[in-house]
Amino acid sequence: MVPESYYVGLSAILFTIGVVGVVIRRNPLVMFMSIELMLNAANLALVAFGRRVGNADGQAVVFFVMAVAAAEVAVGLAIIVAIFRLRRRLSVDDLSLMRW
Amino acid sequence: MAHAAFFVVAAIAVVAALGLVLRRNAIHGALFLVVNLGAIAVLYQTLGAEFLAWAQVIVYAGAIMVLFVFAIMVLIPGKEETGPDPRRAWRLLALPAGALLFLQLIFVVRGARGGAGSGAPSVGGGVESIAGLLFTRYLFPFELTSVLLLAAMVGALLLARRRV
Repeated sequence: MVPESYYVGLSAILFTIGVVGVVIRRNPLVMFMSIELMLNAANLALVAFGRRVGNADGQAVVFFVMAVAAAEVAVGLAIIVAIFRLRRRLSVDDLSLMRW
Repeated sequence: MAHAAFFVVAAIAVVAALGLVLRRNAIHGALFLVVNLGAIAVLYQTLGAEFLAWAQVIVYAGAIMVLFVFAIMVLIPGKEETGPDPRRAWRLLALPAGALLFLQLIFVVRGARGGAGSGAPSVGGGVESIAGLLFTRYLFPFELTSVLLLAAMVGALLLARRRV
């Protein structure tokens, strides 16, 4: 049986890759996918910790995370499509209107 | 045997994640992400979470990624992220920052002790046990997710309308 710490270590690696992806990419769609990567890393850690504790609550929480992620993707992609319609370009560097 | 399988699947997941972040083409990134999600579904299976493994394949690798690929096809006519990066120095700063974050995560996780340990009685991850939890202890959040999904659907329709 593979110990949970291996799964949690893999989860940390994937989460870090997701964070770096959000920071270094300029395409909002790829940034979005990196966020999905981070959510999945967190889900993996939740399931691994759930097995360690010995109940299925962690898996129920992962189910809710999946539902929230689905809602987030629907709204986020709609926002990106609306921005693209407005600007005809897709780079986060152009979107500084709401920055302080 | 189980260890070897874990390391193979973990390597696939990490390579796919790196492919998502490093490839310039967004479509290639999306396909790499599908591979990554599939590998994580396999890991769920090895952790005993059968329901989540299938939900992962259906919801993530199926529905969400189709939405992503569709959006990429609609939005990006050709190559993206062309031209020199005006903030290259700042973006390269992400690598040491990411390494620092990774070390911090490992530090935090290593400090976490407790629980029943690896020899704990394996919990069922099938539909039955998850449904038992969702419809008893987590009934209210479960109903809230339906409201959330409805709100997301209405919001997406509003945002995607022609004349906003």
